Amino acid sequence: MSATTAAPPPRSASHAFLAGLRASLTSIFFYVVLGNYIGIGALSYQFGFSPVWIVLCTVLIWAAPAQVIVISTLATATLIEVAVAVSLSSVRFLPMVASLLPMIQHAGTRSRDLLLPMHLTAISVWAEGMRLLPSVPKQERAAFYNGLGCGLLFAASVASVAGFYLAAKLPPLLAAMLLFLTPMSLLMSTCSNIRVLIDGLAFGLGLVVGPIIAAQKVGLDLLWTGLIAGSAAYLVHRLREARSIGP
Amino acid sequence: MSAALTEMGPYLALILVGFLPNEVWRVLGFVLVRGLDEDSQVVVWVRAVATATLAAVLAQLILSSQGALAAIPVWVRIGASCAGLLAFMIARRSVFVGVLAGEAVLVAGGAIWAP
Repeated sequence: MSATTAAPPPRSASHAFLAGLRASLTSIFFYVVLGNYIGIGALSYQFGFSPVWIVLCTVLIWAAPAQVIVISTLATATLIEVAVAVSLSSVRFLPMVASLLPMIQHAGTRSRDLLLPMHLTAISVWAEGMRLLPSVPKQERAAFYNGLGCGLLFAASVASVAGFYLAAKLPPLLAAMLLFLTPMSLLMSTCSNIRVLIDGLAFGLGLVVGPIIAAQKVGLDLLWTGLIAGSAAYLVHRLREARSIGP
Repeated sequence: MSAALTEMGPYLALILVGFLPNEVWRVLGFVLVRGLDEDSQVVVWVRAVATATLAAVLAQLILSSQGALAAIPVWVRIGASCAGLLAFMIARRSVFVGVLAGEAVLVAGGAIWAP
């Protein structure tokens, strides 16, 4: 009936989901998440939570820093203190979700189809998504991203249970090594993602401005760093664009 | 366990003070850009802000580490990051080689200088 539509017929969503799942298996973050969440599982063992609780914690929160806070402070701090600390540690999700959605939504996308990509957005899934999504057809991106995110979240859930049972046997140096996987892989994969000036500038400025603002102890330092360094990079990008278009 | 936990149980506490205060940022990001175009200037700017935020998270993870990583001196952590980055460049931008080199330097440094 609708033979006149210009767009090619989209392949099934499950096909794109599987492609995303496959992409998660070959991603360096699959192994990073495994290592990192073994550490988080071990931590939850030390603080006396159950394996079911830690899996639920991983699936619902899906943010390593926030989980470290919940696990290590729930027993000692007040509920308000825990909630505020968790919330302050997760500000990064606002710009990440906000920059992801325009990439995966198209004219016919329903809001509820974007809820899962929204929840699956964590720093690792976002970084891999930004790298891989441009080569995926727009209609298939949401399903692809879901596959990618579910693959990594599954790895994290399995690893957190494994870490729970390994906890007693983990030497401190190995535990430190597992925790160091996250910053190392973020550093390399972000550097290999940088293709345009604005990305490199935002990244470099963020590395420099971040510690400076953190040292001022003004609070919300990630938010301020993002706004200042990101806006500065954007400004330089606009100025260069204006110059190349201008006379 | 603490009063907070015995009061409401670990599962309710997880949802109220773990899940909700974390998810609120994802939902805010969702609400703010729903319907915006990929190439619009606001989205280009937001993406730069997200990249800078990621860099700040990275700096924080290396400089003020938590848990077992905190036992390793900060200059070993910085040195390991630089070594990893250098190996990454030499190995033609191989993430795998870079991560491996960084970890190797961290373990070597940790074995020597960690208390």
